[in-house]
Amino acid sequence: MKFTLSWLKQHLDTEASIDEVVEAMTLAGLEVEEVENPAEKLKAFSVAKVLTAEKHPDADKLKVCTVETRDGVKTIVCGAPNARAGMTVAYAPMGAYIPGADFSLDKKPRKIRGVESSGMMCSGKELDLGEDADGIMDLDSALEMGAPLADALDLNDPVIDFEVTPNRPDWLGVDSIARDLAAVGLGKLITKPIESIKGSYPCPVAIKTDVPAACPTFVGRVIKGVKNGPSPQWLQDQLKAIGLRPISALVDITNFITYDRARPLHFYDVAKLEGGITVRMGLGTGVMDTSGLSTDDYFHALNEHSYCATPQDIVIADEREILGLGGIVGGERSGCEDDTTDILIECAYFDPLTIRRTAKRLGVNSDAKYRFERGVDTGFLLGGMDLATQMVLEICGGEASEVVIAGEIPTPPADIEFDPMQVTKLTSLKLGDDEMTRILEALGFAVKTGPLWKIGVPTWRRDCTEGADLVEEIARIHGYHNLEAVSLPPLPGRREPTATITQNRTRLARRALASRGLSEAITWSFVLQDHATLFGGGEDKMLLDNPISSDLDCMRPTALIHLLLAGQRNADKGYPRAAQFELGPVYRGTNPNEQALTLAGMRRTETERHWAGDCPVDALAAKADALAALEAMGANVSNLQMSKPTGDYWHPGRSGRLQMGPKNILADFGELHPRVLKALGIEGRVVAFEVWPENIPAPKKKKASKAKSALALSDFMPVHRDFAFIVAEDMQAGAILKAAQGADKQLISDVSLFDVYQGKGVEEGNKSLAIDVTLSPKDATLTDKDIEAVSDKIIASVMKAGGRLRG
Amino acid sequence: MSDITAVKDKYAAQIQAASELRALDDIRVAALGKKGEIGKMMQGLGKMSIDEKKVMGPALNGLKNDIAAMVEEKKEQLENAALDAALASETMDMSLPVSAPAGTLHPVQQVMEEMAVIFSDMGFSVAEGPDIEDDFHNFTALNFPPGHPARDMHDTFFMTAPEGEEKKVLRTHTSPVQIRTMINEKPPLRIIAPGRTYRCDSDQTHTPMFHQVEGLVIDKGIHMGHLKGVLMDFVSAFFETDVDVQFRPHHFPFTEPSAEMDVRYERVGSAIKIGQGEKWMEILGCGMVHPNVLRACGVDPEEYQGFAFGMGVDRLAMLKYGMPDLRDMFAGDSRWLAHYGFDPLLQANLATGLS
Repeated sequence: MKFTLSWLKQHLDTEASIDEVVEAMTLAGLEVEEVENPAEKLKAFSVAKVLTAEKHPDADKLKVCTVETRDGVKTIVCGAPNARAGMTVAYAPMGAYIPGADFSLDKKPRKIRGVESSGMMCSGKELDLGEDADGIMDLDSALEMGAPLADALDLNDPVIDFEVTPNRPDWLGVDSIARDLAAVGLGKLITKPIESIKGSYPCPVAIKTDVPAACPTFVGRVIKGVKNGPSPQWLQDQLKAIGLRPISALVDITNFITYDRARPLHFYDVAKLEGGITVRMGLGTGVMDTSGLSTDDYFHALNEHSYCATPQDIVIADEREILGLGGIVGGERSGCEDDTTDILIECAYFDPLTIRRTAKRLGVNSDAKYRFERGVDTGFLLGGMDLATQMVLEICGGEASEVVIAGEIPTPPADIEFDPMQVTKLTSLKLGDDEMTRILEALGFAVKTGPLWKIGVPTWRRDCTEGADLVEEIARIHGYHNLEAVSLPPLPGRREPTATITQNRTRLARRALASRGLSEAITWSFVLQDHATLFGGGEDKMLLDNPISSDLDCMRPTALIHLLLAGQRNADKGYPRAAQFELGPVYRGTNPNEQALTLAGMRRTETERHWAGDCPVDALAAKADALAALEAMGANVSNLQMSKPTGDYWHPGRSGRLQMGPKNILADFGELHPRVLKALGIEGRVVAFEVWPENIPAPKKKKASKAKSALALSDFMPVHRDFAFIVAEDMQAGAILKAAQGADKQLISDVSLFDVYQGKGVEEGNKSLAIDVTLSPKDATLTDKDIEAVSDKIIASVMKAGGRLRG
Repeated sequence: MSDITAVKDKYAAQIQAASELRALDDIRVAALGKKGEIGKMMQGLGKMSIDEKKVMGPALNGLKNDIAAMVEEKKEQLENAALDAALASETMDMSLPVSAPAGTLHPVQQVMEEMAVIFSDMGFSVAEGPDIEDDFHNFTALNFPPGHPARDMHDTFFMTAPEGEEKKVLRTHTSPVQIRTMINEKPPLRIIAPGRTYRCDSDQTHTPMFHQVEGLVIDKGIHMGHLKGVLMDFVSAFFETDVDVQFRPHHFPFTEPSAEMDVRYERVGSAIKIGQGEKWMEILGCGMVHPNVLRACGVDPEEYQGFAFGMGVDRLAMLKYGMPDLRDMFAGDSRWLAHYGFDPLLQANLATGLS
């Protein structure tokens, strides 16, 4: 909402400067977005008087003028044909920036054909003030020499643009802004009362509303014998100052009242009406029949579009056809033109939701729609009519009919029972009854004090329905800066940690991964549907109805997609070997329980050459990442089962799954399927992992004490025994290690793999696995017999798992 | 006695001349071994008179000790020389580069951790909720009446839905977590809800996905002065400097009274300095929870009241850590992550500092 300081002063008697107005607005909740003063760019210019103007000795078209300026008498060479002695002009000193011509004058006098010239006399065009480029500005001779040009031309009028919050449709009129500012003490509200104007004849146009829910009231009146044409200069200037284009007196009057009182109006040319006016809902299908021959309910609007009205849309119609969409846009046929003599004024109330739905569907915006969809003042239907009548009569003349009220004026909002103690209770402000009453009354509320106050709500403040709303009004006008800040008192009792177990676990896992060289990224939750499909998602139900762009149209089934794409972008820019991870959500459905937390990461495999030998990134690097994350989160990694991931975006032979039991999947890892990478446009191989932090079991119920179990140190030396087993080459080493470890859970404290061998001495299709078993006796030193016994158990256990001792 | 001197001189010369440990050991055996020369001389003692023994006994012992000491000294010399010789060939180029993998943590996560730490100190727990929400939790329960213009200001993303079914939305704020918490838990409540939020808007200062931290306190006797106090405590702790704030009225459907908070700032070159200067920058919205919101969650507004606040994490991260463009946050550029990311060993806390 834009308004000028001078417009505000038509409603508010104040001496406040623009800065004070802005400050007061801000502190009262009117958030100022921009203040623009047209005087700013005219700062350098002032009024000057031409003393003499002689022809330039060396140039026919130039004149040498002596000019009395605020900087003293200056010689200025000027090319304007209208320059003459005695003229009052706009003077630019040396060095001034000329906005309309976009250049700066020299800082020193400049010789023009041998005559030194100091400064310039400006045309309107050069100052962005008009199109009179034939010569320099010929100002009113009554203007005082030296006066700032902006003041002399009455242009020192800042324009304020501020955010109107949806609860305050009344702020879309300058009068309400003034009321709030008066309440905070910035000045006195001086909005002129509107006199009721009696008509001298019955309204000749019949008006009715068939849809009291959508349009409860249509106040109408005819004014005969008006003379349209350009509106008076003050009105044009006032509209231009806030960026509206003056059109004609009648149109300008409606625009003025829209901004002055947040009261949209519509004027119809009575000569173009056929029969009476009816407000009804549309009868059409909503789809325009482009043949133009259809009898469908449509009209050509003033905004050069045509609309077909449906039963959801409010239309104003005469006996022939639709005249316009009520409250949104009028029709071309019945619009006022320069030769219009008789007008019908519409001052109506339309249901905000209906207006909003129609305008949204049709994509129409207008100043009227903007106000009606937020709700206009139901108490200003007759007042709006009278103000419009008064302005038309003053500006265009004519004779007014009596007023017709079709339908009923909506009842005022209900009173609020208000406990004044609520102000202190909610805000801690302690205000006297007088001050609270003063504030409410200044805002237009009627106050009846008592143990419970009875507050009458003004018709323009339907946002206020209960005590809390009044508390806000009182606190807002009193000023939030007067609130005393109080730190929150501590909660009684002992404090539990405030983070959840998953939050704590992922905090550690992220650090474990970053310490392993992966950088944490955050990427979009939405992906391209085709990409989602590659990763087992992409169902239609996961599509966004209104995506920000077509390549981000689907909720992601994995966090890997954007990480992979980012890795490729980095490589394309010359930064290979990206290694990144992300902690974030993935979506398997739209229900709350179908969102899961993933910790996913990838490493590109471009080889890094190193003096000590290359260290290729392979699927097991991803395994190490996954295990590091799981271990950091407290998972019992030594006790996980290994299987194959089910997602077909993994490499069939170089990927694994870590799980607890048959169903609980903790992680997938490995190389990504080359076909999937290709479909994503990824070059080369990439290894990745997906860890599911929420699947890690919670630690056993908290014990009373955090003390650890006693440390039992054995006095006996551990013994190492090496074994080599022959197994089929597709046999998983993990199975052999597990079998060995399980042979004697008491005695065997560790099993490690120290060699994997294929080649001479081992039959084709087999491999040899060499393991080191640590035996840790607790009660006595192991005898040869003990060691032999456990060795036999190990060999037997491994044989059962599919291995045999290497001969 | 002259024998003794001669023997000593002989071995002294041999020991002195020994150039390696093995030769030295041969000398030691020849002199001091069981069948060595000194031993033999010792055996001679048995044939001597008592007076002779009294002289020769100590003399021979002295000889033995002297030679042993000389051997020991020489041995040490030779060992040192051998080690020095070995060390002379044990060289490595100490300028060879070594590398340790270095990853970083994302600044938005860092900032959310910082917020969790600061609010945890005031007793706030961290609560979470789903990104895909229904209209009730995202709007209706938060006192956005259906069709209200305030809904438009949220540029909501909708999910597709079969004809006739209500479309789900991507939450436009983390306020639905407030609703879920109030419905599921009993007051007193102190929570913050950090997380991803979505609005259909993209330009230099807006990304379609961003992060919010929302706070909620519900208790008896909680008033707007507490709200102001909590937020002032928060901004000073977060920016790690005394920050001057401005609290001014605003409108949100879910709070009444509602406010926005600005911090004092100044632009120095391209950098933004919080806590100094003449300008105000809005950093968050807040207010007392609207009675309709309490009622929608089954909380009696006559008994309980409280406040809520919400702020943009990404923007606060930019303000604190100087990232110039919001859009870079989610682009995964390795150089950006390395430059603006945080050391994984860092854990924000109040004892040692936030970062």
